Amino acid sequence: MNAAPLHVAGERLMLDPAGVLFWPAAKLLVVADLHLEKGSAAAGRGALVPPWDTRITLDRLLLRIQHWRPEIVVALGDSFHDRRAALRLTLSDGERVRRLGSLARLVWVLGNHDPTPPEGLPGESAQEFALGPLRFRHQAVDGLPARQAELCGHHHPKARIATRGGAISRPCFVADSRRIILPAFGAYTGGLDVTSPPIARLFPRGGRAFLLGAERLFSFALNGVPSSPPRSRTGARLNC
Amino acid sequence: MGSAVYCEQSMNASLPAPFVAWFARRGWMPRAHQIAVLDAASRNQDVLLIAPTGGGKTLAGFLPSLVELGRQPADGLHTLYVSPLKALATDIARNLTAPVEEMGLAIAIETRTGDTPADRRARQRERPPQILLTTPESLALLLSRRDAGSFFAGLRRIVIDEAHALAGTKRGDQLALCLARLSQLAPAARRIGLSATVADPDLLRRYVGLDTPARLIEAEPGAAPRIGLMLPQERVPWSGRMGLAGASAILDRIGQAGMTIVFVNTRAQAELLFQAIWRINEATLPIALHHGSLDINQRRRVEAAMARGGGTKDGLRAVIATSSLDLGIDWGGIDQVIQVGAPKGVSRLLQRVGRANHRMDESSAALLVPANRFEVLECEAAIQGVAAGELDGDPPVPGGLDVLAQHLLLMAASGPFGVEAMYDEVRLAQPYAELSRRDYDDVLGFVEDGGYALAAYDRYRKLFRDAEGLVHIRGERVARQARMNAGTIVEAPVLKVRLGGPRGLVLGEIEESFANHLREGDAFMFAGRKLRFLRLREVNVEVSDGASGDPLVPTWAGSKNPLTSGLAARVRRMLHDPEARLLYPEPVQEWLRLQLEHSVLPGPDDLLVEIFPRHGRMFLIAYCFEGRLAHQTLGMLLTRRLARAGAQPLGFVASDYAIAIWCAEAPPADIGGLFAQEMLGDDLEAWMAESSMLRRTFRNVAVVAGLIERQHPGANASRRQVTVNTDLVYDVLRRHQPDHVLLRATRQEAAGGLTDIGRLGDLLARIVGRVRVMRLDRVSPLAVPVMLDIGREHVRDEDAEDSLLAETEALIAEATGAAEPSTEEMRIAPGHAQELRRLTRQPGVRQGGRRPRPYRGEGGGRSPAGSAARAPGRPGDRP
Repeated sequence: MNAAPLHVAGERLMLDPAGVLFWPAAKLLVVADLHLEKGSAAAGRGALVPPWDTRITLDRLLLRIQHWRPEIVVALGDSFHDRRAALRLTLSDGERVRRLGSLARLVWVLGNHDPTPPEGLPGESAQEFALGPLRFRHQAVDGLPARQAELCGHHHPKARIATRGGAISRPCFVADSRRIILPAFGAYTGGLDVTSPPIARLFPRGGRAFLLGAERLFSFALNGVPSSPPRSRTGARLNC
Repeated sequence: MGSAVYCEQSMNASLPAPFVAWFARRGWMPRAHQIAVLDAASRNQDVLLIAPTGGGKTLAGFLPSLVELGRQPADGLHTLYVSPLKALATDIARNLTAPVEEMGLAIAIETRTGDTPADRRARQRERPPQILLTTPESLALLLSRRDAGSFFAGLRRIVIDEAHALAGTKRGDQLALCLARLSQLAPAARRIGLSATVADPDLLRRYVGLDTPARLIEAEPGAAPRIGLMLPQERVPWSGRMGLAGASAILDRIGQAGMTIVFVNTRAQAELLFQAIWRINEATLPIALHHGSLDINQRRRVEAAMARGGGTKDGLRAVIATSSLDLGIDWGGIDQVIQVGAPKGVSRLLQRVGRANHRMDESSAALLVPANRFEVLECEAAIQGVAAGELDGDPPVPGGLDVLAQHLLLMAASGPFGVEAMYDEVRLAQPYAELSRRDYDDVLGFVEDGGYALAAYDRYRKLFRDAEGLVHIRGERVARQARMNAGTIVEAPVLKVRLGGPRGLVLGEIEESFANHLREGDAFMFAGRKLRFLRLREVNVEVSDGASGDPLVPTWAGSKNPLTSGLAARVRRMLHDPEARLLYPEPVQEWLRLQLEHSVLPGPDDLLVEIFPRHGRMFLIAYCFEGRLAHQTLGMLLTRRLARAGAQPLGFVASDYAIAIWCAEAPPADIGGLFAQEMLGDDLEAWMAESSMLRRTFRNVAVVAGLIERQHPGANASRRQVTVNTDLVYDVLRRHQPDHVLLRATRQEAAGGLTDIGRLGDLLARIVGRVRVMRLDRVSPLAVPVMLDIGREHVRDEDAEDSLLAETEALIAEATGAAEPSTEEMRIAPGHAQELRRLTRQPGVRQGGRRPRPYRGEGGGRSPAGSAARAPGRPGDRP
């Protein structure tokens, strides 16, 4: 798997096609929107979807940690699908989280799904985490102060690309020079199209979407002027 | 002895005096099959009545009920009528009320469908009518109620209308399970199935009769239909499926008849043909459009105008329709049927032709308008097939396990059941007669707690078993949820098309995937109008009239029927028979003569494969005649094999008749080996598991089985958080429990219909040692049509998503901002719009002046007040 370097606020960040981001200078790994125990939350409402989502999500994250060997892991909020999700973890999934905690310093940034720190699990919790010029938040903020850049989650971005063989939709990173939104990492997390207003308005001067692939990322420019799109019959509002 | 005498004698024996008098007043004579049904009913037998359209089938179905209720008036539900169409139930209620009132019978007849208001439902619960007309979905809901036992206890008769259209579908599976349930709640109730002519009546007899096949009563067949072929005036097109070249010939024929139904194969074709005809409709004949995505009110208006007939003031002269008019009410006054495009199957053609039946002893008239040369062959074969009475019979498919899951939950909602007793009960339903114990246990396990290894959801179980082993539902909330999600038809996500603002007139629905491709200002054709896309707001597509530019045409998934195997075999036989070839029109004969000079014609039992170079690529054309679905599957598999053989396949295209594959390198010498039967083993498994087709199937299965909810009690707007994407569930399940019952149900459904693997297997078995390879120096005449499809149709190799993304990324980079991603390829059916323009631009027709205004069923263009905005019916009640 080939990670792609991206320079933001003077720092070199590696975008991993698995959907995580690594900051080599700080030995810091970022992951967004794990939504652990989303499956059991659905089951509680009567939709008995398969229960292994938490295990799959954590195992995938462990693989990335073994690959990058970070000293800090920052989870950008909505790590747990609801306030009681941490209590529903099975014994073995609880073990997996503890294993994460033993490999790196864990930082749980709080999100709208998990506004309170997870009980009985390793790691520290924070509304926001800062290191160097970078801010780590769940949701992007308006009016980002100058000389700062932010990494956030929340929106679960995905993009649709028109190809010769039809439109292909994939989770993606969205980035401009000062902001990166990470794709959702959880096994049961869906996505929101990058052209939808909540995401598009965060990138008024355009940016790029990096679609996740099996081995590498695929990079496409966001259309910077969504109000007057060029005449086109392509499905996506993405072009160069 | 004539049958009339027999009728009279039996009539006296079994028809009470008021009925005899009623028939006499009408100047009618009870038909032999109506009396035979009465006779069987008096012997307490189940009946399957097969009769042509116009044969008094419905009355025959209700006669036993009317006679019994006339003799012994009694309160309580006596007869249940189930129809696949909500509209049909409503119409029957109206038509049945007339004789009942004329005979002075005190019988209450009511409908109960998704449209029935809550207060009437409540009243029906208190005081059921003697005759209740409903749909499979509403019946399933009635059976899920706690009082189902007492409600149905007195039931005596069940009438199943259009049984041939239900059996073999998921709705048919659901109805069969409901019939099995009713056989336990009301053992005295007898069933009468009503059906059009079918290839295999025995299957339907078992469907109706449950454990004992129903007695078969066949009405005299109607007069043989007169079916002719009509070619576009100037030439027979090489390719294309829309048949727009025939527009002016079709308009001429409409002008010569009182009332015509023009049947087409897809909704997109209906829109295009409607536009093409209206461009040249100088006489402004009233011609309307009817398809399943149009607003229900609009469809009802068109049907009402059809019923008024061609001669009246507001009557119609023709309707362009899809299968939305295949079934349903008998309108009577239809003089001719025109089928545009391939008929696809003999049974389907007969069903459509039968719509033009006035009375069963008058023959109906139909015309076939082939859209291309291969379709000429197919039309001729279909005409011969009709003459030979060779109907298509789909092999019986086992009942869907997802439908069973839904049924078990609904039954638990009505009351506790025993595991063994329920296993015995569901096997009474013909589609589940062979249900294995393992499948039953796994389905029940799935409904109980998801059926996941290690039973992770013990605390969320929906069912529990008591000390005596009876299965109970966990609570009223689970029961309510089950009822809210009942039904077996899962539609692709659709959006309402509204003219003007958020409260504008609803024209119908288009699929979300199409709407997502539209940009502001885009023109598209829908509901017979050229619309301008304004914006997408919530579940509405807001549009305005008066668009400019090339219109797109919405496409709808799953609207393509493949050529049936019986008809395909006949096409091959006729193609090989020099005498039969003389039947074809001259341009087609000439085409086949050229083919014989260049190459050979496909034989009845072999497989012709042609290989030739063109523009630096090698083309391989296989004339399989097994229908598009089977060909698409075969194309995927052949492409994999060619890739392994080093031929570097670049793409393929599949039609109903042939597959074309193009490669960078020469295909291997052993072409026969390429088609070896092992293809259906590992390669198929591997491809199927990854294919988006299987994911779509899984989505349907998951919804029907109740894994994913359609409706949640008290659900609010944040649906995105409530639902889990089925693609993600599919991936997780496939990885962790590949033999989970829902994945088994998915594979079963996919193999049965969506990929036609059965047909593929038959083909590969038939052609072992009979692959005939012709290596040519250039394209053959027979190959031209499928070659012209290249670029118009694209089939995505599911493995290739990453390479497509990479290619697109590189293309954009190369063009340095000048180009957009593959604009040409992404147009929705650009060929269609171009074809329309080219074919309907007629010299001599006034341009720019007054344009004929298409009929919109709005009373001369004025939209009647209050005709707008009404929610369309439940999905299950739609054709």
